[in-house]
Amino acid sequence: MKKKLMSVLMAAAMVAATAVPTFAADTVKIGVYEPASGDNGAGGKQETLGIQYANSLTPTVEIDGTEYNVELDIVDNESSNDKGPSAASQLVSDGVSIVLGSYGSGVSIAASDIFKDGGVPAMGVTCTNPQVTQGNTHYFRICFLDPFQGTVLANFANEKFEAKKAYVLTKLGDDYSAGLGHYFSKAFEELGGEVIAETFPEGNSDFASYITSAKNAEADVFFAPVSTEAAALIIEQAASQGMEIPMMAGDTWDSNVILNAAKGKDVQIYVTTFYQEGGNAEFDEGMKGYINSDSTAKANNGGDDTIAAVSAMGFDAYYVALEAIKAAGSADPAAVNEALWNVEYDGVCGKVVFDSENGDAQRDTAYVKTANTESGAWEFVGEQGIN
Amino acid sequence: MTKKKETIINVSLIVALLVVLYVMEKTLPSTAMIFTVLKKGAIYALVAVSMNLLNGFTGLFSLGQAGFMLLGAYTYGILTIPVEQRVNVYQYFDGGIVQFTVPVAVALVAAGVVAAIFAYLIGLPVLRLKSDYLAIATLGFAEIIRAVFQWDKLGPLTNGSNLLRSYPTFKSVLFPFIVSGICIAIIVMLINSTYGRAFKAIRDDEIAAEAMGINLAHHKKMAFVISSFFAGISGALLAMYQTTIQASMFKSAMTYEILLIVVIGGIGSVTGSCISSFLFIILSEWLLRFLDSEMYIGDFKVPLLRAGFRKVVFSIIIMVIVLFFRKGIMGTKEFSVRGIYDYFKNRSGRKAAKGGNSND
Amino acid sequence: MDWFSKNLPYLLAGVSVGGQYALIAIGYTMVYGILRLINFAHGDIFMVAGLIMVYLSASLPMYISIPLVLVLTVVLGFLVERVAYKPLRSAPRMSVMISAIGVSYLLQNLALYVTGGLAQQYPAIPWISDTVQVFGATTKRVTVITPFLTIILVIALVALIKYTKIGMAMRAASKDFETSQLMGIKINSVISMTFIIGSFLAAVGSLLFFSNYTGVTPTVGAMPGLKAFVAAVFGGIGSIPGAVIGAFIIGICENIIKGMGWTTFSDAFTFALLIVVLIAKPTGLFGEKSTDKV
Repeated sequence: MKKKLMSVLMAAAMVAATAVPTFAADTVKIGVYEPASGDNGAGGKQETLGIQYANSLTPTVEIDGTEYNVELDIVDNESSNDKGPSAASQLVSDGVSIVLGSYGSGVSIAASDIFKDGGVPAMGVTCTNPQVTQGNTHYFRICFLDPFQGTVLANFANEKFEAKKAYVLTKLGDDYSAGLGHYFSKAFEELGGEVIAETFPEGNSDFASYITSAKNAEADVFFAPVSTEAAALIIEQAASQGMEIPMMAGDTWDSNVILNAAKGKDVQIYVTTFYQEGGNAEFDEGMKGYINSDSTAKANNGGDDTIAAVSAMGFDAYYVALEAIKAAGSADPAAVNEALWNVEYDGVCGKVVFDSENGDAQRDTAYVKTANTESGAWEFVGEQGIN
Repeated sequence: MTKKKETIINVSLIVALLVVLYVMEKTLPSTAMIFTVLKKGAIYALVAVSMNLLNGFTGLFSLGQAGFMLLGAYTYGILTIPVEQRVNVYQYFDGGIVQFTVPVAVALVAAGVVAAIFAYLIGLPVLRLKSDYLAIATLGFAEIIRAVFQWDKLGPLTNGSNLLRSYPTFKSVLFPFIVSGICIAIIVMLINSTYGRAFKAIRDDEIAAEAMGINLAHHKKMAFVISSFFAGISGALLAMYQTTIQASMFKSAMTYEILLIVVIGGIGSVTGSCISSFLFIILSEWLLRFLDSEMYIGDFKVPLLRAGFRKVVFSIIIMVIVLFFRKGIMGTKEFSVRGIYDYFKNRSGRKAAKGGNSND
Repeated sequence: MDWFSKNLPYLLAGVSVGGQYALIAIGYTMVYGILRLINFAHGDIFMVAGLIMVYLSASLPMYISIPLVLVLTVVLGFLVERVAYKPLRSAPRMSVMISAIGVSYLLQNLALYVTGGLAQQYPAIPWISDTVQVFGATTKRVTVITPFLTIILVIALVALIKYTKIGMAMRAASKDFETSQLMGIKINSVISMTFIIGSFLAAVGSLLFFSNYTGVTPTVGAMPGLKAFVAAVFGGIGSIPGAVIGAFIIGICENIIKGMGWTTFSDAFTFALLIVVLIAKPTGLFGEKSTDKV
């Protein structure tokens, strides 16, 4: 009996061993460390789509006059800080030159040391928590940071709604959520506002009481920087309870999940984001074509061809990585890491230049969008910076 | 085979294992996936053995392991984050209130002690409960501990629900092997002592054990506290392995995973728990990962393969083991040199003991 | 009046969630009553019922997909019992419980595989998903009808157990498993019936729950499942009215705690309540006296 069991396991192991792909010498590997399941699965898949689209357009890179194929090595970090590190180890052990990702700051922080020990540079695409890059020389990032985004949102709440009281709802154990909530609250209080902060535990789907609390507190804005999964539930329940308080959130809400949840409902939603659909017609058209050409891609994008800002960011990230590899003149991770500091790239989401301290992109504007609940599309509100 | 000879063989096997690991580390690139899974496997082996001590040897069905690991992990993290790093880690709490560090070894022991103290306090009320009621009560306690550690009022101590990081970690694969090895050796010695025999007596028949003069409450509490002590240490090791920790990791799903490891290895077998934890980790985190991506054999696209398939296959394997190999890999037997020796000596006489699986 | 209208929504949410927990809790309490098994997979059956609805309603009209969801969930509950629990009938209780954990793991991973890890939007069911006004509070109609529907179903169930032959067999089996077999009761069909009723109520519960909280994810069943189990223990395991009352108490307390701003502890409270009950009164509010718990 035992022997039989062992032989089954051995067989599985053997299949696995033979299935490890053999790589040709003229291949450069780019690791994609993104969630494909768990809380942030929807966002991670859209970010990956952008990277895949870029890879389909430019599948090769020239190093020292030789054409190399670029292969994407995609792993699922399951949106989980304890499963993430082994996915990250897999990338390091596969010998990637650079890692892109992850959507969600917590998993990025959790994997940071793995990349550091493996000597592989990583580039955050849309993880906005400062801790991702702070004090690291191997973790870069092409998006803006939460202290910036939080202040932008607080300014916006103050200017647009003359808000005096904000209800801030964050998720326990989510670094992105806690961080953005913290920086928003800080900036909002500095503007003379009052903040009521509450948290919800993982796996919670009953937001009725939180919405009642926000209504009872007579808050002027409802700020909920949470994953799209929770956001869809919040919108649904806010609508069914007739909450008239405008809802605000950061970049995670810029997703068609939110649009679908808000469509036909009486809610106001404002988000800050990296990219505004229509910002670059060529990219928009190509990306839509890519999504529509493949049923899997379409499913990964949530079933329609609305372009998420994270896809645009993923698209840019891929080209920044190629620039770094070209500049390094080699696929060696250490050389790529060195070259990254001086990379400059003009992408669809604006110019990427890394600062010399933490390797964060220098960004000074965020786009504010609102959901049109009739047409189910985003409407541009304006650009907002810090004054 | 004499007892002395057996000991010599056992010791030399352990030394050989360590030497092999050392040589592997010197020759293979340090980023190889094998090291990642070996490290995690060693840590899970310790926590599985500690759970086995409770569930398999004492017959106390506890599902609180994740909670005790959380306590150990946090104790370790809080005590060892370098003072100058605390401002960064406790970024929302002005660097937190703990402004000193202790050496790694002290922190590891402290991790066990804190978990053991909590186990003692929790054990006072819940150890009166039996079987599945004990299971659900310990599970509840683990959830309560998790909620308390996420409370932002405790933030200056625990960093609220945010990550703890920047504490010292290990690079070498030998470290978790040696620490887990020492801990498991202590557990084995305990199992072979009079206490261990008392534990087994309690498992087999409480009333008979009590009649023999075993103090039930005392021994149950002891098993619970000791098991939690080692769960705490393994939590600290897990913290070192992962380089960051967060209360939200230590969900009941983690306890279930450990329980499955114990069951697959064989309830009541220390070596079974060790073997199955390596198998479990290596299969789930490494070898089966190929099932998650599309694969072509020639032009033929293998059906079903896509993200998540690995977990489906893995859970089917688990169900098959639970249903058809109820005794697990080792049953209640131990892997030992003597066992192999005897096996080859009288091959024909050996018959696997089979459990009753008839039904109506 | 102002105070009332401000706090009514907490109470409404509590009663509604309580009713949904109650429908799940009945499945736990009946199975435990007969098999002495904590059916950890029950919460996941509830989740699968939600997923089935998502996929069916995409292609079929509501009046077909709703009954079909009920039927398929019942089939699933029946199959789980036959495949994963029946072969272990004579095994130690711990083996069966581990098998239940294994089934739960399998169902969650299957759901993860099928959904691709994305939350699925539950369809709006006409009429019960509409918004209504109750004493000045705005909510969905499902919130209001849940407690009534729950109570009607429970009365029907109690009648079934009291006045039908199969009900009598169930009572006998939960009183004394072995003797009831000797008395000629077909124990397997009694157990199957228990799982069928439990799964049916879980499917009804999922219709109500997901109409209110519209996201279906692979792990969505875990917490409601665990809480429903706590409700069953709280009310006295094996007792159906006890489970229902326990579920309402837990649902209401949970929402009051959230309303008081102790949101971090809304789940922990449920478990604290469980432990207090287990220690102070192990048989729960309405449980029968039994000696094998402590």
